[in-house]
Amino acid sequence: MSAWRVATALLRKDLRAEWRTKDVSTAILLFGFTIAVSFAFAFKPTPDEARLIAGGLLWLGFLFSAVLGLNRGFARETANNCLEALRLAPADPGSLYLGKLLSNLLLLLLAELVLLPVFGVFFNLTLWARPGWLLLILLLGTWGVAALGTLFSAVSANTRMQELMLPLLLLPLTVPVLVAAVDLTTLLLAGRPMSEGGLQFRLLAGFDIIFTLLCWLLFGYVLEE
Amino acid sequence: MSDSTYHRVSLAVFAATVALLLYAFYQVFFIVPTEVKMGVVQRIFYIHMPSAVVSFNLFFVVCIASIGYLKTRRLAWDSVAVAAAEVGTVFCATVLITGPIWAKPVWGSWWAWDPRLTTTLILFLIFVGYLMLRLYVEDRNRRALLSAVVGIIGFADVPIVYMANRFRGQHPAPVLGGGEGSGLAPEMLTTLLWSLAALHALGLLLFLQRYRLEQMRTEVNELYRALRA
Repeated sequence: MSAWRVATALLRKDLRAEWRTKDVSTAILLFGFTIAVSFAFAFKPTPDEARLIAGGLLWLGFLFSAVLGLNRGFARETANNCLEALRLAPADPGSLYLGKLLSNLLLLLLAELVLLPVFGVFFNLTLWARPGWLLLILLLGTWGVAALGTLFSAVSANTRMQELMLPLLLLPLTVPVLVAAVDLTTLLLAGRPMSEGGLQFRLLAGFDIIFTLLCWLLFGYVLEE
Repeated sequence: MSDSTYHRVSLAVFAATVALLLYAFYQVFFIVPTEVKMGVVQRIFYIHMPSAVVSFNLFFVVCIASIGYLKTRRLAWDSVAVAAAEVGTVFCATVLITGPIWAKPVWGSWWAWDPRLTTTLILFLIFVGYLMLRLYVEDRNRRALLSAVVGIIGFADVPIVYMANRFRGQHPAPVLGGGEGSGLAPEMLTTLLWSLAALHALGLLLFLQRYRLEQMRTEVNELYRALRA
């Protein structure tokens, strides 16, 4: 089987399982919603302040929800020895990684699209003034988180700490994504020209490419028996 | 390395470390002139900056040893990685503690979110995570495998963290080789070089002890397993 067919087969499997149980998406959405409410209570910003801090709150909310979702996403493979079946499949681990990455990415992006209006309402933001840029920022930022998160959810599933290990490893490593994505989102919300964020866009793209490649190379070692 | 060579080497490193540390401290406290603008607190620089260099070097060793383990599957590489990671984390903590002590009187605040500070802090968190991970994986080979993966990714992340935070900053421009206006007074440079040598020797000494300990643990484990079989 070609790498692409393996990846899409895995993606279809994950999406179908998710469609039937809906456990990951419900958890992410509910958690993200709770975070948005907690932030709104904790900060009570004026509209001007909101535009300044909303980028940070938004991405923190996404990041925390992502940790939750990524953990559950891999727990599905460890239950009932599904991982064993994946190992036995005539496929190289790199394409398994791509499949898992795509399904995580898709799920997180969908959740973010649902959570955006929630943040928009609570913090009174005009999010959709430049939808193209917004989607690009979301895609690049989430890709970075998903690229590392897919590998590290597999790593942490192998430890005694299980779910607790993922945020400890993932949050420090994704600091560059957080910094760049927050800067860009703040530019967007402030209505400033996006050309000011050229460095940040390049940083995000570079991060995504480097870590997708690196994790794609290393995923096989994590799956090893 | 056989036991007797190991003992001879570590004794030599120990003697060198003690001598170098004593001489470097003598330089720092009695010989080097006090910096004009910052005053006596600037002397902490001779611990702060070399500690940073030692910890970065050790984290680089972690990355190399991790690649070595994935390629050869020899546990000695993993012992090198864990020894370098632990000692590197200690030196990194030294950097993070001495930095604010120096910054408070000079900058007026304990902390600033400047690229080098932020990078060092994140580096510290990454390698604390690495050491945590090792605690929670029982099987020796699996632990080596997983932490090698984390060690490589963690090291690859460092330059990107630095770039991400580069936009703002108030750290002094690189003192050595930082272009015009950089550079140290000759006495300061001499002291700095002695400190660098002394702290590298200390790093090496601790690294050797930790490496040996890990190898002995591996041996004991193998003996246990042989006994049970």
